[in-house]
Amino acid sequence: MSDLTLRQWLLSDAPTSRRQARFANLYKGWLNFRSNTMAMFGLGILVALVLIAFCAPIVAPHDPYAQNLANRLQPIGSDGHLLGTDSLGRDILSRLIYGSRITLYIVTLVALIAPIAGLLVGTVSGYLGGWADIVLMRITDIFLAFPRLVLALAFVAALGAGIENAVLAISLTAWPPYARIARAETLTIRSSDYISAVRLQGAGALRIITKHIWPLCISSLIVRVTLDMAGIILAAAGLGFLGLGAQPPSPEWGAMISGGRRFILDHWWVATIPGLAIFTVSLAFNLLGDGLRDVLDPKGKSQ
Amino acid sequence: MMLLDVKDLWVKFPTRQGLFEAVRGVSFSLGKERLGIVGESGSGKSMTGRAILRLIRPPGIVEADHITLEGRNLLDVTEKDMREVRGEKISMVMQDPKFSLNPVMRIGDQIMEAYLVHNSVSKSEARAKSVEMLEAVSIRDPERVMRAYPHEMSGGMGQRIMIAMMLIPNPQILIADEPTSALDVTVQRQVLDIMDKLVKERGMGLIFISHDLNLVAEFCDRVLIMYAGRIVETCDANKLHDAKHPYTQGLLNSLPRFDQPRRHLDVLKRDPSWAEVPSVKGHT
Amino acid sequence: MALAESNREGRRRTPFVSFLKTASTSLLSVAVTMLGLLAVTFIIGRVMPIDPVLAIVGERASKETYDAVYQQLGLDRPVIVQFFYYISDVVRGDFGMSLLNARPVSEDIARVFPATLELATLGTIFGVLVGVPLGVIAGVKAGSWIDQVARVVALVGYSMPIFWLGLVGLLIFYGILGWVGGPGRLDIFYVDIVPTRTGMILIDSAIAGNWDVFRNAFSHLILPASLLGYYSMAYISRMTRSFILEQMSAEYIVTARVKGMSERAVIWRHAFRNIRVQLITVIALSYANLLEGSVLTEIIFSWPGIGSYITTALLSADMNAVLGGTVVVGLIFVCLNILSDLLYRIFDPRSK
Repeated sequence: MSDLTLRQWLLSDAPTSRRQARFANLYKGWLNFRSNTMAMFGLGILVALVLIAFCAPIVAPHDPYAQNLANRLQPIGSDGHLLGTDSLGRDILSRLIYGSRITLYIVTLVALIAPIAGLLVGTVSGYLGGWADIVLMRITDIFLAFPRLVLALAFVAALGAGIENAVLAISLTAWPPYARIARAETLTIRSSDYISAVRLQGAGALRIITKHIWPLCISSLIVRVTLDMAGIILAAAGLGFLGLGAQPPSPEWGAMISGGRRFILDHWWVATIPGLAIFTVSLAFNLLGDGLRDVLDPKGKSQ
Repeated sequence: MMLLDVKDLWVKFPTRQGLFEAVRGVSFSLGKERLGIVGESGSGKSMTGRAILRLIRPPGIVEADHITLEGRNLLDVTEKDMREVRGEKISMVMQDPKFSLNPVMRIGDQIMEAYLVHNSVSKSEARAKSVEMLEAVSIRDPERVMRAYPHEMSGGMGQRIMIAMMLIPNPQILIADEPTSALDVTVQRQVLDIMDKLVKERGMGLIFISHDLNLVAEFCDRVLIMYAGRIVETCDANKLHDAKHPYTQGLLNSLPRFDQPRRHLDVLKRDPSWAEVPSVKGHT
Repeated sequence: MALAESNREGRRRTPFVSFLKTASTSLLSVAVTMLGLLAVTFIIGRVMPIDPVLAIVGERASKETYDAVYQQLGLDRPVIVQFFYYISDVVRGDFGMSLLNARPVSEDIARVFPATLELATLGTIFGVLVGVPLGVIAGVKAGSWIDQVARVVALVGYSMPIFWLGLVGLLIFYGILGWVGGPGRLDIFYVDIVPTRTGMILIDSAIAGNWDVFRNAFSHLILPASLLGYYSMAYISRMTRSFILEQMSAEYIVTARVKGMSERAVIWRHAFRNIRVQLITVIALSYANLLEGSVLTEIIFSWPGIGSYITTALLSADMNAVLGGTVVVGLIFVCLNILSDLLYRIFDPRSK
């Protein structure tokens, strides 16, 4: 056993422990994922984004808030400002770098709130069935029936503009699909024999849901979340663009586009560059999501 | 009279693990007779049938010295000419009418279509012909069936409709690919009898692909036994029980027989060397 | 025997009764959904930090005026009763007065909605005309270069912020090339020439036979409509591709080929016929999404539609207008869903 390399241990056909089997599965998934060039490309962009956001003070050449009206609307490649400056003379590159923090912040929060809320509603509804199921699914349907952006707009209007409220509004419109997925998974798991076995051993509903149903819903939820990330970024940017998300002078990318919009004809880069940043990140999430779906989604697997 | 001659047919599929060879050098001929092809699933029997009609789509590869029909090598004709062959010269009945009939088209339209592709006649003529054909496969209320959708039919009805549809252009050869495997045992015989009668009446050649040795022994004149993409044995159907090859014997012994009751049926044992022996020629 | 069996099957329930049954269940679920929709907007209205009374009477009003308006608005009654009144108002098409211009919100919406409808409809037409054939080809030739191109085009569409693409489009096609009209629905010179009948300028000008106005309106419409069309195309082509891909591996496709049909006939007569029903649902969904997606597009193109209306109202805290707009868009969403459901039942023989 000790003379086996880690790789051999991971690829063993006959795992000796549950842990080994689990790691082996992860490793095989990773090998599969790694062969998908586009997905790896997306992953690379996202890793770079996280690094940049983390090291923003070191990477950014200027203070993102420092105004210099004498130096406003400088073009791309001008002295000291690689991507030019905006209408208040702030360095666009530095603002983009700091803006990546806001984007990641919003995406992370929504990606935590919405799926967890959906998971709760979906599993409870699917496991309990009966009236609880009917009521919860009706509520889900009602939220699904709403146009998402318009509902988010109305929520932000009620709650007030700001990043946290934007996160809340997007989460409120994003959870229903997760609830649907979680419910569907629960329904198939619920009727399986091993759940009956656990129930015969005296496990209660809470234990069955948290220990046996949740872990099995996770992988399909992860795929869905990754695919939704792009949509979340676009929604957040849209709210920022409308002035309902992050408030000035915060360097949120959508708000930056909105700020540069007035100058689009003469100083195109001010509005164009943040848009490219949004596009790159959401494309990366889409590529990653496609790749993950191939690895994690059991229905897509050839086995 | 020889209708079809196949020499050294290969069907290959590229996979991640390399080239998978589904059919490996099969040769046989077909006259106005009923030829059975028997084998377990994955033996290449279905692929053989589909390769004759050139229905293997890329990336699948079909190679052969020749597949000759009326002196023409089907591998050399254009796709357009091949369309003339399909339906009009060679037709095929597939396993499950639930899947092989288009679920959103009326049955009448599907049958008429099969006729109209090869015959430039008026719609009403095609319709009359279709009704006549449905009667020929013992469907009692053809007018109603013409208007119905496939999901309203039972499996046995569906397969009879399928046979009607495939025989309406009057082909010379019918390939029946497990035509009764998806059906209730009670209607299997009905459907086979209808098919048998029509094939005989019209003097057609029949290639009957099945995994059911007894059925083949009963309904065919001659049998090819396939294993791992090759023909391991060929014999007359009525002499099937004297077959020499250990695989054929193994298959026969794994089936219960009234005339030789046994406590335990044999489990089929496979010998890897069978797959290596060159294909037997399946000519008359 | 089999025939007799299927006869019995067919007569077990008459089609009409079963139709009534499904119709009434779906009607009930629609009613519940709409009620829930109104409950959500009602709650949002309650949560609003803006005092509706103050908004009407102003900061300096006396206590008496304030109380009078308070009662007049029904705010002294229990919340449930208020909700009931809210519903009965909405049912009568009354969304209250706009706080901004003191006109009924319903009138405003009726005025701006045709502009959005015109935009979203043209966008959907573009999306369907390009997206469906592209998806079919990509699905039939999965893995080919055209499939790859379609995939990239769709991925870019999924990842691009629509308001940004709109800006770039304006920059290039209006600012630099000058091929299309700028923001707004018409050049100022053409405004108010043709009488308003449907509110959709293309149709109104066609009725009036004024082709100058038609051309001008079209030059303004083409860019935002193709922008929305691109998004709808990305979605429709992906969905069409996966539908077709699924159908092409079905056995009935082999049957059609065995009959000797040409590949084109196999695809369009057989495979496509089987995805029609699914496509209708997708197109309805994409149409609904465009009505919503037009919010940001309308802002970019200064398009006086419902998206602009809601956003403007929102920024000036005109809550009646915001909620009215939200309810209308929500109701249209629900209606489109019902419609696609209904078409599903009509077109799929298996659902009868």
